[in-house]
Amino acid sequence: MAAGAPLLELKGVSKRFGPVQALDRVDFAVGAGEVIGLVGDNGAGKSTLVKTIAGIHAADAGTIAFEGQGASISKPQDATELGIATVYQDLALCDNLDVVANLFLGREQVSPGPGQVSRQLDEAKMEHQTGELLSNLAVTIPSLRSEVGTLSGGQRQQVAVARSLLGEPRVVLLDEPTAALGVAQTAQVLQLIRRLRERELGVVVISHNLVDVFEVADRIVVLRLGRNAGEFDAEATTEEHVVSAITGVGAENKNGENGENGEEGR
Amino acid sequence: MSATAAAAETEAKGSERRETLRRILQGDLASLRVVIGLALIWVIFQSQNDRFLSAENLTNLMLQITGIALISIGIVYVLLLGEIDLSVGAVSGLAAAVMAVLNVKHGWNPYLAIAAAIAVGLAIGLLQGFLFSRFGVPSFVVTLAGLLAWQGALLQVLGSTGSINLTDPKITGLANTFYDGATAWILAALVIAAFGALLLLGHRRRVAAGLEAESPTGMLVRFALVAAVTIAAVAVLNSDRGIPLALLILLAFVVGMEYVARRTTFGRHVFAVGGNAEAARRAGISVNRVRTVVFGIAGAMAAIGGIMIASRLLAVNQGSGGSELLLLAIAGPVIAGTSLFGGRGSVWTALLGALVIGSISNGMDLLALSSAVKFMVTGGVLLLAVIVDAVARQQRQASGRV
Repeated sequence: MAAGAPLLELKGVSKRFGPVQALDRVDFAVGAGEVIGLVGDNGAGKSTLVKTIAGIHAADAGTIAFEGQGASISKPQDATELGIATVYQDLALCDNLDVVANLFLGREQVSPGPGQVSRQLDEAKMEHQTGELLSNLAVTIPSLRSEVGTLSGGQRQQVAVARSLLGEPRVVLLDEPTAALGVAQTAQVLQLIRRLRERELGVVVISHNLVDVFEVADRIVVLRLGRNAGEFDAEATTEEHVVSAITGVGAENKNGENGENGEEGR
Repeated sequence: MSATAAAAETEAKGSERRETLRRILQGDLASLRVVIGLALIWVIFQSQNDRFLSAENLTNLMLQITGIALISIGIVYVLLLGEIDLSVGAVSGLAAAVMAVLNVKHGWNPYLAIAAAIAVGLAIGLLQGFLFSRFGVPSFVVTLAGLLAWQGALLQVLGSTGSINLTDPKITGLANTFYDGATAWILAALVIAAFGALLLLGHRRRVAAGLEAESPTGMLVRFALVAAVTIAAVAVLNSDRGIPLALLILLAFVVGMEYVARRTTFGRHVFAVGGNAEAARRAGISVNRVRTVVFGIAGAMAAIGGIMIASRLLAVNQGSGGSELLLLAIAGPVIAGTSLFGGRGSVWTALLGALVIGSISNGMDLLALSSAVKFMVTGGVLLLAVIVDAVARQQRQASGRV
């Protein structure tokens, strides 16, 4: 568990889409060097919360503080400027470009000297930086010049995460980073998440897979029907407790909605 | 730890070698395939008529393909986006007509007339690109409307005469100037020296950045290949009239536009938009700007090609930029391996494709075949090329590469 003031703190955040109350007075915090597992059933508000932090939806109510200072996030650039990077599930990589080109897409390095006139790419510099970043993260990719389309799902996920780190963010949001990955590839991605923690980043992992969440998270935050439904220390709790918070069946449910317990845990 | 690292390294080496092999098999090295195809075409025609590979005919071939290859350069950029521009034929005719009218009827300075014609092509391209990206109208439709409209504009500009003969030596000289003898060899030496210098410079830069650089043998092979092709080409051209100025202009555009596509930020963004427009947008690239500029390039290159064609034919008439010019300008790069689906290709395919199409057309002319046969054969070659492109794409998808 990381100590000190949280890097990013949301208090009482609400968001409504027409008749749907997607987020209802949600509190959320992540500290430096901390991995938060954000879990909940479909429609619990996980994605809305992440999109609010990433600046895709502006919150209707509530406050956001970054490093203890009040902040407002109303568009994606706001989040980027604060130092919040998001890796979406669909990764947004260009399959026809190589690893280096994808990493630097939209922030290409330009050669010094006469090359500046034509905005010539400084391939050597970009490849060098890519190599350093990936080896720091212990990401192994056959060749930095492989087209991203030729890589495995796990490698693509790692490239997408590495790309989000180029902007030197303080907080990284990962949307379902292990979905559709095999066992070995999942292990690689979880290892990468641990390395983000070692770099003193605040990491938020959204996942449906509780095994993966328990594997990597320090704290587990549960949302249910747009509300906070529990917060657990990953070391000190069990999967049953988390599942019951997700489904709203049994344990410490103060929302008094036990009537509709048609769903069951895993 | 070091043992695993070493194992990982050999593993990486092995997969790199497999990657190269797969590239050849799956046709990413389509240009090699095309060079072999071109050699085959040349051998077949030479066996039927031994004048085909004569210096005179090869020089004629070069002159015949310049205009269309210049137009194809713009098409390559549009294809890289995964779009199509059907207006380039009409734009090339209109631009040539603008140049002819300004120069012949209004007595403009030839260079000013040429600049005005290129500006017209650029403006038309930018307009079409803007309409396409701003309103989301499919490029197919925007440029199809353009095809009709600019053809009408061509008739309007030419007026009642319907045909204008070009007499200004500056304009007719574009396609009818040759550099022979010592001048040609000095040009060849310059080209070879420049290529060698760039090769060394690139190598030095990679070594300085501490990256794995190409082996000296590989560099030597590439250098020798380029030098040999240059020397052979100059030797052949020199035994006829010399190096055509038109060919030099074409090569300058191919090299320049390939540089823009491969080595500049703008070119990288073109590939990105063609590969995954949504990813490009999220990376902060202004997708609409890239699209508009690319269509502008297509318009400008169409104008330049149109000027070159007019210079060779010494006239602009109502048929300029018409008939099969448009289709051949699109077919060329596709035959030579630029994908119709966007994100894959090279400016060199404009030259290679024009060479393939031009060779077939020229060879069949030598054999005195009818246009009926010519059209059917060219159509067959195009179909074959598109099928190869589609199959290569399917194989990429089958192996998880979109």
